Amino acid sequence: MLRPRIIPTLLMEQDYLVKTVKFKYDKYIGDPISTLRLFNEKEVDEIVFLDISASKRNVEPNYDLLKDLASECFMPMSYGGGVTSLQQIERILSIGIEKIVINNYAIQNKKFLKQAVENFGSTTIIGAVDIKRNFFNKIEVFSHTSNKNTGIKVADHLARILDDGVGEVFINDVDRDGTYAGYDINLIKKLSESMEVPMIICGGASGYEDLSRALAAGASAVAAGSIFIFNGPHRAVLITYPGKEDFKLFARKA
Amino acid sequence: MISIVNCNIGNVGSVANMIKKAGGESTICNSPDEIINAEKIILPGVGAFDIGMKKLAEGGWIEVLNTKATIEKVPILGICLGMQLMANSSEEGRLPGLRWVPAETVKFDFDKNSYKVPHMGWNNISIKKFTKLIDPSFADDLRYYFVHAYYMKMQEQRDELLSCDYGIDFTCGFEKENLMGVQFHPEKSHKYGLHLIKNFLEKY
Repeated sequence: MLRPRIIPTLLMEQDYLVKTVKFKYDKYIGDPISTLRLFNEKEVDEIVFLDISASKRNVEPNYDLLKDLASECFMPMSYGGGVTSLQQIERILSIGIEKIVINNYAIQNKKFLKQAVENFGSTTIIGAVDIKRNFFNKIEVFSHTSNKNTGIKVADHLARILDDGVGEVFINDVDRDGTYAGYDINLIKKLSESMEVPMIICGGASGYEDLSRALAAGASAVAAGSIFIFNGPHRAVLITYPGKEDFKLFARKA
Repeated sequence: MISIVNCNIGNVGSVANMIKKAGGESTICNSPDEIINAEKIILPGVGAFDIGMKKLAEGGWIEVLNTKATIEKVPILGICLGMQLMANSSEEGRLPGLRWVPAETVKFDFDKNSYKVPHMGWNNISIKKFTKLIDPSFADDLRYYFVHAYYMKMQEQRDELLSCDYGIDFTCGFEKENLMGVQFHPEKSHKYGLHLIKNFLEKY
């Protein structure tokens, strides 16, 4: 049976890991390499690394770090952050990272996603969208580089990136990031129905029950940060991942 | 020493990383000359069938690969698209394959809203026969990471090594004399992939 996809999502700032709440208050987590080793030991199914500072600082991906990560990563790994050219994608893939997450630059350059898909295949390119509710509680595309809503309608932006041919869509629910409030189940239902490619949902998980609910609601994969790196009310760092017994709990839709 | 064919269709870096983890050595070969003396070859690949065959042809790989595979009979392991290229043809493209094994590559054909294509994620597999690659010490709950929309349909059942259930039961591993292929990514499948790569490294 195909296992449900449960994906720890780790945020980097330059060469260390952080965790945010609603995309703010970055808490220091630790060193990416030792954290990755711990996830390796737990036989994590796949992992996503996002450098949340690269676009803001307008710098290149940290290739040295990515190389070290890839050499220790015996599971599928995706990377996002500061990717703005096909040459960069080629370099990251050659290091040994399977998938590239493109978020911010797809908003700026409307041709880029399509070019990336044409050159590297749809299964290599994940289109990521940060979603935030506006004053009227309507969802909009959020820009983490400028730290504000863009005014772009989520449905319009999704239609565009799906048309560009991305192999997967990664939805980041900014309002729920790090809050343990649970995933927005209605959002998952609505968005997953609008796309044929796999949809990864991230933002709000408080425990394995939430992962299960999100999968049942139609998410193809569930991503989370806090529940895999924190333990207890004071958010002490502890790396965890569902074991064999836990996986039996997860409902799965084909 | 394993020679990894790099014709820009696959993730050679992660294959090299896994070989290192298995305690072996590998060399990434960027031109056909570099595999002339190869003792053991891995052919990785992702992407479309025709692009794969085109890159092999453009790079001048096909002749030397044919010699290694069918005359010298060195062990060759194809991964993902690398496996599919060993077949006669593919529904995905019009170019002929390497035609080393009697098989065709076909697309998953499911009703909409049943199974998603590509088949992506970790799946359990079944062992069809034991060989040096898949030895009896492999555990029951084997699982590997897959990403593919096409699969290889073998003409000879005896060539089938591993199978996987995704809507249908399909071949996800074959072994025929010196030639082997797996549809999944052993280089990204933790200890399960490590075991397989280690066997290819040490027992062939």
